[in-house]
Amino acid sequence: MAFEPKIVGFLCNWCSYTGADLAGVSRIKWPPNVRPIRVMCSGRIDPTFVVKAFREGADGVLVSGCHPGDCHYYQGNYKALRRYHLLRRVLEQFGIHPDRLMLTWVSAAEGERWAKVTQEITERVRKLGPLHLKD
Amino acid sequence: MPKPKVALYWAASCGGCEITVVDIEAHILDVAKAFDIVFWPCLMDFKVKDVEAIEDGGIFVTLFNGAIRNSEQEHLAKLLRRKSKVLVAFGSCAHEGCIPGLANVTNRDEIFKTVYQETASTDNPKGVLPQTKTEMPEGVLEIPEFWNKVCSLDQVVDVDYYVPGCPPQSNQVWAVLDHLIQGKPLPPKGSILGAGQKTCCDECPRVRKEKKIKRFYRTHEIVPNPEECLLDQGLLCMGPATRDGCGAKCVKVGVPCRGCYGPPPGSHDMGMKMISALSSVIDSEDPAEIERIIATIADPVGTFYRFNLAHSILYRVQEDLKEKQAVK
Ligand code: SF4
Ligand code: SF4
Ligand code: SF4
Ligand code: FES
Repeated sequence: MAFEPKIVGFLCNWCSYTGADLAGVSRIKWPPNVRPIRVMCSGRIDPTFVVKAFREGADGVLVSGCHPGDCHYYQGNYKALRRYHLLRRVLEQFGIHPDRLMLTWVSAAEGERWAKVTQEITERVRKLGPLHLKD
Repeated sequence: MPKPKVALYWAASCGGCEITVVDIEAHILDVAKAFDIVFWPCLMDFKVKDVEAIEDGGIFVTLFNGAIRNSEQEHLAKLLRRKSKVLVAFGSCAHEGCIPGLANVTNRDEIFKTVYQETASTDNPKGVLPQTKTEMPEGVLEIPEFWNKVCSLDQVVDVDYYVPGCPPQSNQVWAVLDHLIQGKPLPPKGSILGAGQKTCCDECPRVRKEKKIKRFYRTHEIVPNPEECLLDQGLLCMGPATRDGCGAKCVKVGVPCRGCYGPPPGSHDMGMKMISALSSVIDSEDPAEIERIIATIADPVGTFYRFNLAHSILYRVQEDLKEKQAVK
């Protein structure tokens, strides 16, 4: 059977989740590989969530928030941005391909963009193949 | 009434956790008065068969220091678990792998290659590697099997309590022992003893400002201001990702906290906790500049997980990247 990547998406409530919802109600197709989890703000996404997702079987993780300057809580997405860069560096040192993690900004009005972003990470992770974590 | 029995054991450890018990000074006599010490290979001449002869559950408490990285240590951990009512992971190595756990950045084959083949002082033309069994005319010689990775004690046997620290501070050790000597009720299983409920920063006397970090420094690169928070000055102090309890020992003398008391309550993974903390203090909103600032952190995994690697969510360095590179 062909490999279907499992991707956990952490989406902020105010922009990206609403954007994904819009994609849904507008009947825009986006890959079911991304399983969205709603959090209040991208700044709330503890890096622990990301490695836990990998540990529990995700092949990729998508973090999506409001565009820079638009965070409902003002600074949350900048925090997410810095976390993302730190996490990539640490994942790489842990021997995990850093491209398994993706950060993106999708607004509440960007249903099309949500579809594009989810396609991008799905194809990217499909190319990387399954993640086999060792105990 | 016979005195309750205690045992102390060391596995993959440096001996520091043994010293810290002796560092309770004259109180060691109180320990000897209250307990019957039945096993303590570092200080007293007991044999494993002495432990085997004790009925199961016959030891009141075992303080076990050291990580588990070979089959002999596993055997002793299981034996002492069976014989003890209360098993305490004593010190950072038993608690979460500590410095021995840093070997989880590599694996058994690589370690053997370095140690038995590649170091400049190795003279091993036949490339002999340790074997668990060797046939000799006199019989079969056996040595323990070296594992592919280092484990914390609770990854191998059920653990009742943890005493963190590398080593645990002797005043905290005495507080724990005194509690046991006085026969006070035992705390809930899984409790961390001899430590606090906050972070190292909460015990630290240094003055904190709003942190705005433009680059990080290693300890030899700057002379820090003696009053101010070290992290404010760009030194990678693990204080925000570390449990309190040591009295902020290192930071008080100008050395950044290395994180030996393990993660604070509510956290399990010091590296991820530290990433969270740093994301609030790096002063930039520009991806390229953020990359530049992060590049000044010399060894993120070695720094953030100096004590916690074996017990972290990822446990060890993985082979995902290597597999991808092999494909390329
Ligand atoms: S915790 Fe520290 S002092 Fe104790 S055995 Fe391990 S390395 Fe040594
Ligand atoms: S980061 Fe270090 S120096 Fe700063 S307050 Fe915390 S423990 Fe003290
Ligand atoms: S300051 Fe940090 S490294 Fe030093 S003893 Fe305390 S917890 Fe351990
Ligand atoms: S609310 Fe969307 S990123 Fe903060």
